[in-house]
Amino acid sequence: MTKKDKTGIIGYGVYIPRFRIKVEEIARIWGQPGEAVKKGLGVLEKSIPDMDEDTITISVEASRNAIKMANTNPDDIEAVYVGSESHPYAVKPTATIVAEANRITPVTTAADLEFACKAGTAGIQMCLGMVKSNQIKVGLAIGADCSQGRPSDALEYTASAGACALLIGNENVIATIDHTESYTTDTPDFWRREGATYPSHGGRFTGEPAYFRHVISAAKSIMKHTNTSPDDFDYVVFHEPNSKFPLATAKMLGFPKEKVEPSLTVKYIGNTYSASSMIGLAAVLDIIKPDDRILMVSYGSGSGSDAFIFTITDEIEKHRGLVPTVQNYLDHKQYLDYAFYTKHRGKIKIH
Amino acid sequence: MSVPRTWRNRRALYSLEGSKCQKCGKYYFPGRTRCLDCNTSGLENHNFSGTGKVATYSWVYTPPKGFNNRIPYCLAIVELDEGPKLTTQLVAVEEGDVEIGMPVEFSFRKISSEGDEGVITYGFKFRPKNYPNHLKKK
Repeated sequence: MTKKDKTGIIGYGVYIPRFRIKVEEIARIWGQPGEAVKKGLGVLEKSIPDMDEDTITISVEASRNAIKMANTNPDDIEAVYVGSESHPYAVKPTATIVAEANRITPVTTAADLEFACKAGTAGIQMCLGMVKSNQIKVGLAIGADCSQGRPSDALEYTASAGACALLIGNENVIATIDHTESYTTDTPDFWRREGATYPSHGGRFTGEPAYFRHVISAAKSIMKHTNTSPDDFDYVVFHEPNSKFPLATAKMLGFPKEKVEPSLTVKYIGNTYSASSMIGLAAVLDIIKPDDRILMVSYGSGSGSDAFIFTITDEIEKHRGLVPTVQNYLDHKQYLDYAFYTKHRGKIKIH
Repeated sequence: MSVPRTWRNRRALYSLEGSKCQKCGKYYFPGRTRCLDCNTSGLENHNFSGTGKVATYSWVYTPPKGFNNRIPYCLAIVELDEGPKLTTQLVAVEEGDVEIGMPVEFSFRKISSEGDEGVITYGFKFRPKNYPNHLKKK
């Protein structure tokens, strides 16, 4: 196997803020049946950032974990891409702060990416291309969001916070990236205009012509081009706006639910947007065995899906236990009521 | 904090960059160019490990301007493993959680923000060591 064939993940790290709000608590405020909302979405609670956390701070935390896991020299990281739809600055990159905080600067390229919930996986593809073409030694791709839902809107039940960082390289690879491809169309199912505080969406339009069409098309296409079928994969990971969508997608594609359930962190932290499919991937990497294979398909509104096939190597065993797992972050939590939630998310303006 | 001042301090704020005397081995945070003990000049930069313990602390209820929405918060003096002490905020703790001697580690957070349109200052705060597994029994 050549170095090009061996390119893949050399380390990964996540960060999930410790605060949670239960779906029933949000439903209580807006006069909705909490139990029915919870059951309908398949989401119990969602994560909330602390008052001094944002997309930049959680990106730094996740990337510190990834670098520690890979034991990589920051000087070897020559590309930093941060995918998010909640960059704290409209003009001023998140990626430069993340690079500086990890001592990756100054000999590196860095950029912020935006493609709704799939900007992080777009960063993986960019790093993969640059490592494979020997332009860089190691690339850092981050998906991170502190997402906002308009009060009383359906999105408020799930819009949450989390980050996942992947280091892409070709030495000491823990999971090779065997193939990737994308499926993209102009489908306006979800958007936020410049200066608008909250995103808008097309309601039911976000389902069939948007999420399902793109995720299923990308999954079918990558399996066709690699001559694989659901039986060839031990786990499958999809973007997780709720539990319902990825479970339905798995069923439509012929994957048993046992192959998708280990990735479904959305039940406990909500939809972390750009981090969603990547945290699902990290949850699977935490428990996977060498030689197992993963199919991952992200989804970003607007719309597009990035599909990846990973194969796990023996190297992964050497890197376990060095940084907190996804489960560790899920377990450490503190509940807030709706009043504190509005304060944490800046919905109360203090002048 | 002014933009140029924050920028000059970014490596200290972002990754605890201080300095170390090559001759007598003394560590400094914030960094300095001349050793106070042996008068050696041209001290080299040193990245602190980011772990230490609480030397003393206080819960703040009457904060300076700009920190009103975060009270109560814990302000502490942390002694780094390498020796220097620094003043910092402790995060991921509630009142009653903190005690002198408690092991802590680096955490990256927002320090301040100049309103909705100004620059945001980021940097170190500290949290319980082995976060988020610090409450688990060994």
